[in-house]
Amino acid sequence: MLSPVILVPALLNGLMTGAIYALIALGLTLIYGVLHIINFAHGTLLTAAMFAAFFAYALVGLDPYLAVLIIAPLFFLIGYGLQRFIIGPTAHGEDRNYLLVTLGLAIIIENLLLYVFRADTRTINLPYAFDVIEIGTAFLAVPRVIAFVAVLVVASVLWIFMQWTDTGKAIRAVAKEKLGAELAGIDVAHIHAVTFGLGTACVAIAACLLIPTYYVNPTAGDAFVLIAFTIVVLGGMGSILGALVGGLFVGVVESFSSMFLGQSLGQIGIFVMFIVMLLVRPSGLFGEQA
Amino acid sequence: MKTYLPIFVVVAVLALVPFVTASNVVLNFLVVTLLIALAGQGWNLLGGYGGQYSFGHAAFFGTGAYVTAILQVQYGINAWFGLLIGIAAGALVGIVIGALSFRWGLRGSYFSLVTLAFAEVLRIVASVAPITGAGVGTLIKLDLRPEAFQFQSRAPFYWIALGLVGLSLIVVRGIENSRFGAYLVAIRENEDAARALGVDTFSVKLAAMIVSAAITAAAGCFYAQYFLFLDAAIAYGTWISIDALLAPIVGGVGTLFGPLLGALIIKMLGESTKLVTGGAPGLDLAIYGLLLIAVVGLAPRGIAGLLSALVPRRFRPPSVPEHHHG
Repeated sequence: MLSPVILVPALLNGLMTGAIYALIALGLTLIYGVLHIINFAHGTLLTAAMFAAFFAYALVGLDPYLAVLIIAPLFFLIGYGLQRFIIGPTAHGEDRNYLLVTLGLAIIIENLLLYVFRADTRTINLPYAFDVIEIGTAFLAVPRVIAFVAVLVVASVLWIFMQWTDTGKAIRAVAKEKLGAELAGIDVAHIHAVTFGLGTACVAIAACLLIPTYYVNPTAGDAFVLIAFTIVVLGGMGSILGALVGGLFVGVVESFSSMFLGQSLGQIGIFVMFIVMLLVRPSGLFGEQA
Repeated sequence: MKTYLPIFVVVAVLALVPFVTASNVVLNFLVVTLLIALAGQGWNLLGGYGGQYSFGHAAFFGTGAYVTAILQVQYGINAWFGLLIGIAAGALVGIVIGALSFRWGLRGSYFSLVTLAFAEVLRIVASVAPITGAGVGTLIKLDLRPEAFQFQSRAPFYWIALGLVGLSLIVVRGIENSRFGAYLVAIRENEDAARALGVDTFSVKLAAMIVSAAITAAAGCFYAQYFLFLDAAIAYGTWISIDALLAPIVGGVGTLFGPLLGALIIKMLGESTKLVTGGAPGLDLAIYGLLLIAVVGLAPRGIAGLLSALVPRRFRPPSVPEHHHG
């Protein structure tokens, strides 16, 4: 059982899955790092984006890898609007209110999707969905390899954006010292909304990368939320590098634990890791002191 | 005794309902409302008074429900006794989750996350463990005798649910008026300051968690007896975690009657949405979400806060007891 013939494919597949997790966690950690809120609507926004990608293909025949060029900016705008006009004004700057408002948004989005699309599970059939690439003893599905590479690109672009652009610098300034940033003339409400928009765009990209090999129904995103929370806690709230490394790590852990423990108990492994992580080191492996 | 008077009045008035109507639809609606009010009162003690927002009160509800059901089905233990054990089991889960999270100093959103995760772990375990009937669920045998905590008509169920709600109101009012309650509110307002002034924040939060868990577990036990069927998605599902926090927040977070008022409002809203949309899934819950955001944004003190703003100031009872003896 422990021969490399089995372990290497499990490792590689874990890395592929982990890359998607990392991208979802990246959006979450970005929002947390700047707004200091846990966005409970993250998973349902992922579901909504998966529906968008599904219908882009089912109705117009738009390939998900092209649709991302429309869906990601669209979800950036949705995220921007949600934070600017709903979450920000209703939360009155209180942590507990942010929790409740994003939870309320999650309930609304999930149930509107349920109302409109019913509980049916939908999948798309891309002609190349079952193509594989052979690496040593491992056969890797082409869409998963594309996703892996795409996530690395997105993470790098995001990092460069945060380091070198004016908006990126403003986001980091707001994250570090909100009042100081405001005094320096930065429009904090705008920067908060931009950050929320970027986080939402991350899940929109993740949705387009997922839809070729995954299904969509009104609760499809939920499975990813707690995993993303785990990764964010593991990697340190607000850390981009942490989200990337944490995502890959969790993907590999899940791959191995479902190989040894079976599907449903493998899931428990993640939650247990999450709880232990929260209890022992809530600031995460890469985070600063909480 | 004066502070308990409103509780007796409210419970006495509500107790008359079955004499006014024998409609099963009305009584069933009210039983479910009381059930949510009870679960919500549990949440309210920890979240409303203590400021610790749990997103996983399903952990206590489900444990109460499953323990009551499993003791009867698997071990033939009397349902009334099962109710007591179920409440104790819920409290025990509260001790475990509370001790772990508070010992490690989890606060705010971290606390919300960890409670959510605990409830999910329990849901997954319950969905595969043979003792809960795994995927099939647990069915309590029909045995319509009062000794078995089952009744021909809805009225006795209604009175029992009302009794449990009344009991929870008395417990919470007692805590409100005690030194422990004052410590709890101090922790909600500023935990560091409370600790600096010598409040043992760990013990106070843990004690609140235990009582909170026990109250919500009682709602779970009652659920099992009333519906006679459980599966993992019902017992440990997120629906009850959400209802338990929605009721007090809508009604008036950290107020005695908030959960009861809120449960009535959300259930009425849910039922009328179902009537209007003809039971299409989703829309009633979407409106819950809308209501949650609206209340947080527009009326942070809930409906109770809105109502008290309508009453002229001089008629208002003092919101905080100025003196207390004891």
